[in-house]
Amino acid sequence: MLTPKTESELAEAIAAASGPICVQGGGTRGIAVAGDLLSTTGLDGITLYEPGALTLVAKAGTPVSAVEEALAKENQRLPFEPMDHRAVMGTSGEPTIGGVVAGNVSGPRRIQAGACRDSLIGVRFVDGTGTVIKNGGRVMKNVTGYDLVKLMAGSFGTLGVLSEVSFKVLPGVAQVSTVKLLGLDVGQAVAAMSRALGSPFEVSGAAHDPQTQITSLRLEGFEASVAYRADALSDLLGHFGTVLIEETNAAQYWAAIRDVTDFAGLDGDIWRISVKPSDAPCVAEALPGMRLQFDWGGGLIWALSPQERDLRPALAGISGHATRIRGDGDIARFHPEPPATAALSAGIRAKFDPRGLLNTGLMGADHANHIHA
Amino acid sequence: MEMPNPNQMVIANKPRIVARLLGVLSADAVIHDEAETRAYECDALTAYKCPPLCAVLPSTTEEVAAVLKICHEEGVPVVPRGSGTSLAGGALPTADCIILGVARLADVLETNYDDRYIKVQTGRTNLSVTGAVEADDFFYAPDPSSQLACAIAGNIAMNSGGAHCLKYGVTTNNLLGVKMVLMDGTIMEIGGGYLDAPGYDLLGLICGSEGQMGVVTEATLRILHKPEGARPVLMAFNDNEVAGACVADIIKAGVLPVAIEFMDRLCIETSENFANAGYPDCEALLIVEVEGSDAEIDEQLGVIMQIARKHDPVELRESTSPEESAKIWLGRKSAFGAIGQISDYMCLDGTIPVSSLPMVLRRIGELSKEYGLRVGNVFHAGDGNMHPLILFDANKEGDLELCEAMGADILRLCVEAGGCLTGEHGVGIEKRDLMFDQFDPQDLELQMKLKDVFDPKWLLNPAKVFPLSASEGRRG
Repeated sequence: MLTPKTESELAEAIAAASGPICVQGGGTRGIAVAGDLLSTTGLDGITLYEPGALTLVAKAGTPVSAVEEALAKENQRLPFEPMDHRAVMGTSGEPTIGGVVAGNVSGPRRIQAGACRDSLIGVRFVDGTGTVIKNGGRVMKNVTGYDLVKLMAGSFGTLGVLSEVSFKVLPGVAQVSTVKLLGLDVGQAVAAMSRALGSPFEVSGAAHDPQTQITSLRLEGFEASVAYRADALSDLLGHFGTVLIEETNAAQYWAAIRDVTDFAGLDGDIWRISVKPSDAPCVAEALPGMRLQFDWGGGLIWALSPQERDLRPALAGISGHATRIRGDGDIARFHPEPPATAALSAGIRAKFDPRGLLNTGLMGADHANHIHA
Repeated sequence: MEMPNPNQMVIANKPRIVARLLGVLSADAVIHDEAETRAYECDALTAYKCPPLCAVLPSTTEEVAAVLKICHEEGVPVVPRGSGTSLAGGALPTADCIILGVARLADVLETNYDDRYIKVQTGRTNLSVTGAVEADDFFYAPDPSSQLACAIAGNIAMNSGGAHCLKYGVTTNNLLGVKMVLMDGTIMEIGGGYLDAPGYDLLGLICGSEGQMGVVTEATLRILHKPEGARPVLMAFNDNEVAGACVADIIKAGVLPVAIEFMDRLCIETSENFANAGYPDCEALLIVEVEGSDAEIDEQLGVIMQIARKHDPVELRESTSPEESAKIWLGRKSAFGAIGQISDYMCLDGTIPVSSLPMVLRRIGELSKEYGLRVGNVFHAGDGNMHPLILFDANKEGDLELCEAMGADILRLCVEAGGCLTGEHGVGIEKRDLMFDQFDPQDLELQMKLKDVFDPKWLLNPAKVFPLSASEGRRG
């Protein structure tokens, strides 16, 4: 295992590599491939944090928990609320901030504050040739040159190994409340969530659990403001059914939604499906009998499916994409891309990693069948 | 400003190229008469002009594809153009190029309130996107100053921002999908009404690529419900640094205003003489706006005013009516026009870390003395996006060059302070030759390799973004 301690050691390691490299942060997200293990955990530490500028810069191997702790001390937070995959993947270890970026990992607040890529304002990385590259920086408005920052987010270590990442962060909040609607079916729940998200009341989470038939809407901010919006939302949605307002326990409640902990320890494959919220009822219909969880107002659907069943044929005709995040066998992890985008993606990858060493087999249609889950 | 020598072969082939374009477009969509092509000789960076070989105005994505295919075969450079409002020369032609204008692609294709998006053709202006949904109380958030005129195509090309992006983000944060035509005529779609398209974030890459990767003809944009209300407060200080410290304290207090705008004395006085907004006599002025219901606004402004009072303000003025709100914004919104009334000016848009504000303002003041040119500062203080306005006399020999040299020094200062050359206007030709001040050669090389993937012959807007010396071997 290679564990470079500095960016230049990282660059040397990649330049000297002659075979496939498995890039790993905390190893908690179940995306390991065959190859020499290259761990980023030696690149550890927050390099700059300016609360007054809402900016934090950290080395890629810094634990997410260390970043969140530093932010909490100043009553700030990562806007995109990254999911912790450990429960659902059955993994242990310490998730890293670089891993969050590599997977563009975002939680319930994605609908309001954007994905990880939307808060990411700068990267440093080493490409497949061993060259150190920087893009973006530490300011939140920057259109200087091409935006490789977005490109690196969600590229799962296939274009380069991140050495440092910069974020725009947000103030923390004084109060979090959850407005709950009881007894709705999926169609009604999605309609209620759309109504809430199309209101001026700044809903920062919208989830539905078909098992319990609880639809949850999160409100965050100053106390009086949250109380006002909770009442307004209750009035707006009263005709859908029974409404409850919960003013406590929100942090744990939404962390469980974020991490899909209800699926933890259950047998089967886990799929993550992204669609237009209004298509969510069609997805539910196409996957009868399957355990589902709805987030992002219905736009993100978690499905617990029988092992090694490909859900994509059943979802054909619904625009969006499905990723199998847990499961064995030959089903492609990532959603196949249309030919034109697949060609561009392959072209980009060949420029960034001409020797094809980085996370070989991950992403890209040609390699989709060779994942070691 | 140096531009590449036009390809004489292309110019010699004009009759054949025009004939082929007329084969795929209606006659009124091909502008090739020399007098008429002058309408496209520049964008809002008017110091530089060059009529194109011809201009085309396709009405469909298929027509765009047909035009690009012909240009690809003929080796003709193509400069895409939205509304021509670029301040960076992003749509500046060369004599051998075809201007591809998207002005006739202006329809709304779909409005979806349940899923909160609108799908438009990209020639549509920014403000008219909001116009299409505001009767239903929705809006499109990115609001560049030129929003009345600028096209969504240009917003995507430059990843445009605006005054309210502290809360709502810039174009890339509000773009869900595109239909795009590659230089070889391939039509492709990326993303759509759902979030986070699969595979690499090509959407994020295309946004801000200054028309060098493809021509975007349709865009799916996120729309939001309007806030219940908004209210600005005006704060006057007798010291730039104190105003800067106040901004940092507001942000640290956990309030996220929707906008924090800064003006310095030159801009305050000039816009006051021009617009009579009733601004106080002071060194630095902040406009801070928050949103929500009346009670929420009161709560947020309560916190903000308390912080402001600790910084010895000359005056604090909270709006109590829509008329007063409009008046508070009037001077800020008139600032560029007001400066334009008293002088020619060059507007820069480098971004700096908010913490470097006092140092950068001080250095700009020193540079102003060294060069003997006046500078006004208006900017988005919450996100550090500066807008220094350098005043010069276009009729005085050497003054433009002096102004450009000073502008380059200010931008280098932004980079040294930990910021960047451009926060929302784009590189275009204006900042092209400063790119090595921000990037190392390998950074730019990898960026150029991305263009190689999308446009291997380097025909799309080829003379922009990268220093000509760096892109020389790639351009035809």
